Amino acid sequence: MKKLGVIVNPIAGLGGRVGLKGSDSLDIINKARQMGARPESPRRTVEALKLILKQKNQTQVITYPAEMGEEECLAAGFEPEVIGSIISGGTTPEDTQTAAREMACAGVSLILFAGGDGTARNIYDAIGDKVPVLGIPAGVKIHSAVYAVTPRNAGEVAAMFLQGRLKKLREAEVMDIDEQAFREGVVSARLYGYLRVPEESRYIQHAKSRGALSGEETLQGIAADVIAGMKEDDSYYIIGPGTTTRAVMERLGLKNTLLGVDVVRRRALVASDVSENQLLDIVKDHQAKIIVTVIGGQGYLFGRGNQQISPRVIQQVGKKNIVIIATKEKLISLSGRPLLVDTGDEELNKQLSSYMRVTTGFKDYVMYRVGY
Amino acid sequence: MPRDKETLLRKFHQAKWDEQIIFEMSVPGERGILVPQAGEEISAIIGDGLSVIPDQLRRKTPPALPEVAQARVLRHFMRLSQETMGADVNIDIGEGTCTMKYSPKVQEHLAARHPGMTAIHPLQDDETMQGILEIYYRLEQFLKEISGLDYFCFQPGGGSQAVFLNACLVRAYHADRGDHERDEIITTIFSHPVNAAAPATAGYKVITLMPDENGYPTLEALKEALSERTAGIFITNPEDTGIYNPEIAEFVKAAHDAGALCSYDQANANGLLGVTRAREAGFDLCHFNLHKTFSAPHGCMGPAMGAVGVRSELAGFLPVPRVEFDGQGYYLDYNRPQSIGRVRSFFGNTPLALKTYTWIMQHGAEGLREVAECAVLNNNYMDKKIREIPGVVVYYAKDERRLEQVRYSWEKLKEDTGVDTEDVERRMADYGLQHYFTSHHPQVVPEPFTPEPCDSYSKDDIDEFVAVLRQISREAYEEPDLVKNAPHHSTIHMVQNPLIFELEKIATTWRQAKKKGLV
Repeated sequence: MKKLGVIVNPIAGLGGRVGLKGSDSLDIINKARQMGARPESPRRTVEALKLILKQKNQTQVITYPAEMGEEECLAAGFEPEVIGSIISGGTTPEDTQTAAREMACAGVSLILFAGGDGTARNIYDAIGDKVPVLGIPAGVKIHSAVYAVTPRNAGEVAAMFLQGRLKKLREAEVMDIDEQAFREGVVSARLYGYLRVPEESRYIQHAKSRGALSGEETLQGIAADVIAGMKEDDSYYIIGPGTTTRAVMERLGLKNTLLGVDVVRRRALVASDVSENQLLDIVKDHQAKIIVTVIGGQGYLFGRGNQQISPRVIQQVGKKNIVIIATKEKLISLSGRPLLVDTGDEELNKQLSSYMRVTTGFKDYVMYRVGY
Repeated sequence: MPRDKETLLRKFHQAKWDEQIIFEMSVPGERGILVPQAGEEISAIIGDGLSVIPDQLRRKTPPALPEVAQARVLRHFMRLSQETMGADVNIDIGEGTCTMKYSPKVQEHLAARHPGMTAIHPLQDDETMQGILEIYYRLEQFLKEISGLDYFCFQPGGGSQAVFLNACLVRAYHADRGDHERDEIITTIFSHPVNAAAPATAGYKVITLMPDENGYPTLEALKEALSERTAGIFITNPEDTGIYNPEIAEFVKAAHDAGALCSYDQANANGLLGVTRAREAGFDLCHFNLHKTFSAPHGCMGPAMGAVGVRSELAGFLPVPRVEFDGQGYYLDYNRPQSIGRVRSFFGNTPLALKTYTWIMQHGAEGLREVAECAVLNNNYMDKKIREIPGVVVYYAKDERRLEQVRYSWEKLKEDTGVDTEDVERRMADYGLQHYFTSHHPQVVPEPFTPEPCDSYSKDDIDEFVAVLRQISREAYEEPDLVKNAPHHSTIHMVQNPLIFELEKIATTWRQAKKKGLV
């Protein structure tokens, strides 16, 4: 009997319909409620859970009380085991964290959770990548790649995973933006970390594409191509955050900062997890190249999770020394939307907006539009 | 009971045999043919025939081949054939880009039974095989006329090898001019993927152009990609979406301006035959899959023939031998010092050249153009009907007419019902149609399917094919599990798709299967 954990962030998506851009603070939640907002997560959770109902007899569902999962599980037709305690009507991010921890201890094979970027962060903070998870999209902002494309897809993937039809797991980005700043019109996104989600590219993040090669083989090809370019090259290589760029570091046998920026020269590590100032020092008098990948589901190249590579750093290095790496599937998942740059410098954004070459495999490239 | 006159649907059930793999049927000592010993007269001249094999090449142990008598072999393969759906059994419209047209049986009879085909050997003296050489020579003249290019080569054993040959010819051309810096090939994502794969095999870096919101590769992206490193552009047009790139002349010009050559993938020329030519489109090289457009037939990985055409500037680099005519007779010319050598032994899959020749002779010039006209008409008739099916969406080039095929999407069906293109594909088998072609990878159009109702199919054939799609769409909305668990009337039931991505569970040979512990 497989154990499935279900966590619902009952207020996820509350602010969206009334234009409040999120629901991270209590004030906002109250304001949203006064404006007549209804949370999106209960309905969406039920929709997803219904697709797992067929495996009811082979699945033990563990959830949290009342609106944090119990009600949704019952509505979908499950008889869940309810653990923990909450103050109904006054749930907090800590409840999500405790729930995730307790479910991890109970030995669930998968935590299916409904929420937005904040919810994913809470779960990441609580259990890291210990237990496979999958998000039902219900939040206002979804920059994280741990969410299925639709609630239905979340249900389908969870069902396949519980049946053992999907076995592979993939690391997916947990992103969040500062909601306060977002309300003031400033987007400041951070890459918080990675959760492990079942790999089914058609349903999660890479919604609309599927490759013939496995993700791992493609990554090795991309890394090999970047490294081939390093031969007899005295440049400093500024390696941005992400799992795609990590493949380069791993192939070089170098320690990698998944969420930060590392610097490599002559295939050796020069500095780890550097700041903007450190980068400026390096690029001031030396040739350098920037290796970046697409961060999160939105297609950002600069300005999301890699702010260390600032406008001044980029200008110093020069556009022609930017090496973009990404799988074709990731590009296709953008449905024709351009790769985005939000460097903070309008002039630079404009300069970077053109067709740029993206390394998609060994000796394999795609011309892709960059915009802002 | 005949096919339902109203719905056009069939009550079909595929044969299902619990057939062993032929290796499992092996009984030691059982034989299909007892090979006769050579008579005294022959032995006196050539000896035992075996001792000429060098020791290093001789097997120490006999190969582990199955030992099965004729009758059992026949039954085995007849049963397997009943468990498949070939072009001769079903309305083979689903296999878009493959051009599964009817191949007249007379061609097969000639190729399989005419002693001029069955009793010749490529090492015979030229004078003793004038017939087949004449067919090669005349076929070359036909294809020159059809494409406008100056020389043809029939050596490649398929379309991929033809594109590989084109990449080798492009390399030889630049090398001959002393230009060794050109190491990049540009293609588009909706060109057949061999336009990326074959140049990559030949050592090139490959740059792919993505479609814009209307499905076209953009000239701006091409110009950004072109440089003094570009050896050539390798593209299909119309692309696999059935959309003809209206800027093709500008593409070719931009490539030529950058010093690159242009290679036209015309593997499937069914929308263009007798209408447009590679020469007028400005291309330097092209290839035809004789087993697609020219009905040789398309054999699902079977023997094939990719005919490569080039302008005269590239003729010197073509493979040897070439079939030439000296005014009296036909001969094989090996004396071509600039030739890249060979891509295949002797002169390719001879029966396909014969079948193509026969097919062209049956049609004549006007007939070839009519083939293209019928193919495009059929496609546009079917396109109108398929667009009316609930759940179908068509991406790109709104209100533009498609040529010989269309890439459709079941994206809406999936959103509405959870039934995806693979579910529909499997359900097709329950109505006596073989699974259809979705698209090449990576799938840019979500939940794709790409049918191609080429010249051979009647209105009734197309109506039946569409009726099945419409029926499956209805089932998806009313009873999605019926479709998701399909097929129900077939040889094997649902194969879970993610499973086939587990390499350790795939074996393409008996030896591999044993090694991986799968049997």
